[in-house]
Amino acid sequence: MNLMDYVVAAPEITLLGLICFVLIADLFIDDENRVRTFWISILALGTMLLVLNAIVPDARSVIFSGSYVSDPLSQILKIAAVIFVAIAFLYSRDYLRANEIHKGEFYLLGLIGLLGMMIMMSANSMLTMYLGLETLALSMYALVAIDRNNATSAESAMKYFILGAIASGCLLYGISWIYGVTGSLEFHEMSAAITADPSLNSLPLWFGLAFLIVGIGFKFGAVPFHMWLPDVYQGARTPVTLYIATAPKLAALALFLRILVDGLGGLHDTWAAMIMIIAVLSLLVGNFVAIAQTNIKRMLGYSTIAHVGFILLALFTGTKQGNAVALFYTLTYVVAAAGAFGMIILLSRRGYDAENLSDFRGLNARSPWFALMMMFLMFSMAGVPPFVGFFAKLNVISAVVDSGFTGLAVLMVLASVVGAYYYLRVIWYMYFEDAEDKAVLQASTDMRVVLSLNSVAVLALGIVPGWLLVRCIQILG
Amino acid sequence: MIGLEHYLTLAAMLFVLSIAGIIVNRRNLILILMCIELMLLAVNFNFIAFSRYLGDETGQIFVFFILTVAAAEAAIGLAILVVLFRNKRSIAVQELNALKG
Repeated sequence: MNLMDYVVAAPEITLLGLICFVLIADLFIDDENRVRTFWISILALGTMLLVLNAIVPDARSVIFSGSYVSDPLSQILKIAAVIFVAIAFLYSRDYLRANEIHKGEFYLLGLIGLLGMMIMMSANSMLTMYLGLETLALSMYALVAIDRNNATSAESAMKYFILGAIASGCLLYGISWIYGVTGSLEFHEMSAAITADPSLNSLPLWFGLAFLIVGIGFKFGAVPFHMWLPDVYQGARTPVTLYIATAPKLAALALFLRILVDGLGGLHDTWAAMIMIIAVLSLLVGNFVAIAQTNIKRMLGYSTIAHVGFILLALFTGTKQGNAVALFYTLTYVVAAAGAFGMIILLSRRGYDAENLSDFRGLNARSPWFALMMMFLMFSMAGVPPFVGFFAKLNVISAVVDSGFTGLAVLMVLASVVGAYYYLRVIWYMYFEDAEDKAVLQASTDMRVVLSLNSVAVLALGIVPGWLLVRCIQILG
Repeated sequence: MIGLEHYLTLAAMLFVLSIAGIIVNRRNLILILMCIELMLLAVNFNFIAFSRYLGDETGQIFVFFILTVAAAEAAIGLAILVVLFRNKRSIAVQELNALKG
């Protein structure tokens, strides 16, 4: 170990220092001035962007005795995670203040969760991955329960905690078997051990792999391990849902790419079948159950499950093209998800959550601009050209066809058509029905600007998707 | 002679027992928290057995981290339990029914 190691790991070290600073600074801020904690957190995230841009890894550098890796993949995921956490904070501020849950803990736990995600994105051994995962998961359990006087939040936090702990247990049990068979916790040594001795690829390893996939499936929210996701999305306060629905998806992608591609890529034939089953189930269950929902947070929860199905099908191909389009899909999906939950926050006000689909009725009459923005987001999620969701879906489908699974591609198109129904229903409500609630939208200027930019981004990325896609292919190609 | 397979069998039994405990128990959330601890201990058993068998210390180091995380996890779990009890005046599993999933 040498001094250069600390420079490579500077993003995490800086973030940890900044978290300690925010923690201490928040102690000296009273409740009326809590917004200062928000600004300090935003400053901290801005610093993180500077640090991440200052250290550009050209190639892989593996440090700390093989437990930490810095490469272009970790770089792009970390930058995206920092940006989405900042967006989540910005959208949340006024909502939290209006509902009297504006506490420093929200920002602190959000930042600690970000630290966990960044550790996951740079993990090069099972131990680092597990510690990052738990740092993220423990702060998310606490975030869901942040509104202490809300019985629904407490219930969803408890469900999330129990199911999350079972998933971590399964993941660890899988890790212990894989460690026992390959004799290493480091991803590249694992992969080398499997290549060196093909006889290792037998029942004990598959047993561990099955448990590992249960844990990974849970973190993604894939069917049949999705039970927590709609409940948590609905039960948590909207800012927390926004946080959970965006950046942690990037961390889940990193979890998959690091463990199953970097570490156990040699077992692709074995895990591909399991991933295909859970991906197809996610696609079907997510899209069909979402139709029946009246709560928009729950509907977006099932829609997340359907999108996870797409991401997993791209990863299931195991090709470089598949991995690159999975990265593209995740990055662009998270943009649309951040906007959609931001829109729910925009329609909410003191003591009132715009949780139901019917709350979007007549939005066009109340605010034509934001109705248009919501239409962009819904079109993008549904996969209507020229929005970015269309290109993401198209790329995934072509990656699946290129791997020779035409039947799966047909299924994906059909599932997308079913999915379009519930997104278009929101648009129908906004434009063709009368508003029950005619209150004027109250939102600060900065939120209006960022939410508009966020929504326009799905159109802009859709018109010029090339640069991001090329970047994704460069990274994983 | 007690070999690797005996340790692995015991760990698997403890693991299955903890999963069964979580699924069967419908009365008390504290029992579920205890089952989660048991599950992590079963994993620790596996790690130590493999570590000894392979003659490699990393497995034992992993166990220390799992123990630490398990303590943090129990603290968060109990904190959520207190919040839940303050709101519902009950910690029975069947009372967790406001959400459909």
